[in-house]
Amino acid sequence: MMTGDGTFALAALLLHALGFLTLAIVAPLRRLGRPAAFFSIACALGSLAAAVTAWQRHMGGAVSRLVWQWLPSQGQTLATVGVLADSDSTVMLSLVALVACLVQIYSLAYLSDEPAPSFGRYFTYQSLFAFSMMGLVLAPNLAQLFICWELVGVSSYLLIGFWYKKPEAARAAVKAFWITKAGDVGLLIGIVLLWRLTGTFDLTEMRVLVESGALPVAGLSIITFCLYLGAAGKSAQFPMHIWLPDAMEGPTPVSALIHAATMVTAGVYLLLRTEWLFALTPDVLLIVAWIGALTALMAAILACVQDDIKRVLAYSTVSQLGYMMTAIGAGFASAGFFHLLTHGLFKALLFLGAGAVIHAVHSNDLPHMGGLARKMPQTAIVFLIGTLSLAGIPLFGGFLSKEEILGAVWAGGLPGPFIILMIVAFLTAFYMFRVVFLAFFGHPPAHDHGHGSHTHPHDPPAAMALPLWVLALLSMAVGVYFTFTHPEPEFESPGWLTPAAVSAALAGIGLAWLTYERKIINAASLAAAFGPIRYAAIHRFWIDDVFEGIYNAVLLGFSKVVGWLDRYIVDGVLNVVSSWTLSSGDDLRTIQTGRVQDYVYGVAVGLLILLLWARWALA
Amino acid sequence: MGLQAYLTLAAIVFSIGLFGVVTRRNTISILLGVELMLNSVNINLVAFSRFSGDLSGMVFTVFTICITVVEAALGLAIVILLFRVRRTATADHLDLLKG
Repeated sequence: MMTGDGTFALAALLLHALGFLTLAIVAPLRRLGRPAAFFSIACALGSLAAAVTAWQRHMGGAVSRLVWQWLPSQGQTLATVGVLADSDSTVMLSLVALVACLVQIYSLAYLSDEPAPSFGRYFTYQSLFAFSMMGLVLAPNLAQLFICWELVGVSSYLLIGFWYKKPEAARAAVKAFWITKAGDVGLLIGIVLLWRLTGTFDLTEMRVLVESGALPVAGLSIITFCLYLGAAGKSAQFPMHIWLPDAMEGPTPVSALIHAATMVTAGVYLLLRTEWLFALTPDVLLIVAWIGALTALMAAILACVQDDIKRVLAYSTVSQLGYMMTAIGAGFASAGFFHLLTHGLFKALLFLGAGAVIHAVHSNDLPHMGGLARKMPQTAIVFLIGTLSLAGIPLFGGFLSKEEILGAVWAGGLPGPFIILMIVAFLTAFYMFRVVFLAFFGHPPAHDHGHGSHTHPHDPPAAMALPLWVLALLSMAVGVYFTFTHPEPEFESPGWLTPAAVSAALAGIGLAWLTYERKIINAASLAAAFGPIRYAAIHRFWIDDVFEGIYNAVLLGFSKVVGWLDRYIVDGVLNVVSSWTLSSGDDLRTIQTGRVQDYVYGVAVGLLILLLWARWALA
Repeated sequence: MGLQAYLTLAAIVFSIGLFGVVTRRNTISILLGVELMLNSVNINLVAFSRFSGDLSGMVFTVFTICITVVEAALGLAIVILLFRVRRTATADHLDLLKG
């Protein structure tokens, strides 16, 4: 094991911290808006350069640790902070830095209508998010990972609720925060249990312990399941996926950064980081795989019935996260991680492309689009590149990573999830090309306003086009590179896999083409053929309702009981005591007549009693 | 007549005085009740002095009578002042101590 130099990774992390702290503390700069944005982007660019340098230094398997003592306890150190740079963390770091940087540049144009103070606020949140995400990626121990994990959750909350005056956005932010928080409770419990078992938070020390076989396997399943709960919350696995589609209320660049490329993949990343631990508990891995496959299928079905372009992409993200999780469950975390990286590129591209469309059309709804390919050719081309990548067509970004996942699941001996994933590959191609045909081809919708319509869609300004092209070219480059230079696979994948996967994708594209472009198959009769499934999908499989029911019944019911106890038992006792004191005081007051004679009478009677008492009791 | 008879007389006079103090509504009557109670004490002192042959009881009685006179003068002065200020000498109306 070579030792590398962690300084660049640390620099990438601290540059975003600098950006955030400067904008947060120097309020006048933040309120200026654009200068704040340029400062933040400068930090992001520096961070990107540092991250890529760090990646180059660690690509060959070098590992470097820069760790400082923190939380001393009884002569030892309970926890440390620092960076752990290796090939996995630095490549993830580069992805985060790249997407964060491109999204910030994109936001310059996308949010240019915002008033200056909230523009500055947006970039402050962006820097905070990038810093926390990088801290999570580079965390050398679970304590730091958890802190950054929560910081990521907070900045996600702030960014989803960026337009906090819109009630849906505020509600979505709270929903995202609470659902992921529910998973985080599991994560925290898992980390603490693991600490009790191993006596350390440090990932490297833990790994040494695991590999020496000194760790008792009994009871480990609960721990890994708890860790998985946290990962499932963040990575939107069934049934905790319901926050992600609602999170689309945030600005589109935020969705691209947080809810496609980086934050939602944190769960997958956590499982990758603790892969050696999960390998000890195959039963939990099986749960991970099955839930991942089910999530992928369900989200893909849901994506087929959405009319909101961002929601299609959101469900697609959930579906792809399910893919990654299935690969991890099959025991090949590296395949899942590979898909995470390529998916980060092309999903950010798709979201930013959708943002360009929304920016031009001023609507999220597919029926309001159509024929956009002529009016915004650049956007159409990059969106198509993203779509082909997502569908897994050779030469495009997602081709090989998707293949790897399918191969991994097959090699992992999980035929059930494998079949589900093949169906999902078909559905993915179908729903993505449905979006492409509905939005970019066909005819523009007839405007009811006649000539008065002021929407003339056109390609986005340079600040938005640049990130789109960078991501599109990178997706292509990754796709082409890996199509011709197959990396050394960890497993044997059968020869029929590639043709099968590609033909599933092509079948999906073909069906979408026939339905939405040639209109040979009537969309309505296609929908009718899948009547019950479609009906269930429109109602989101009632999962939101189940959550709401549980919330109403359990949480509100419990609150009512507690409220009743507080109001009538706790307060009741106090009220009775105080009112009794008051009324007895009121009653006793009347013996104070103020007449001297009564007092004399009292003295005389009292004296008499004392005398009698002295006579009879003391004698 | 023995000591018992004098003590009984003193007790009766004391009780009448106390009754007057407690029940009369006129402040002057209350003062009269106080005088009665003091005099019952005087009867006790004289009776004990007479039956034990010790003259100091008699001397004490003379002191007590002097003090009673002074007290009556002070009490009457207070009553007159009260009447001037409150325009009443009825004990029931003098309830400023009421809580």
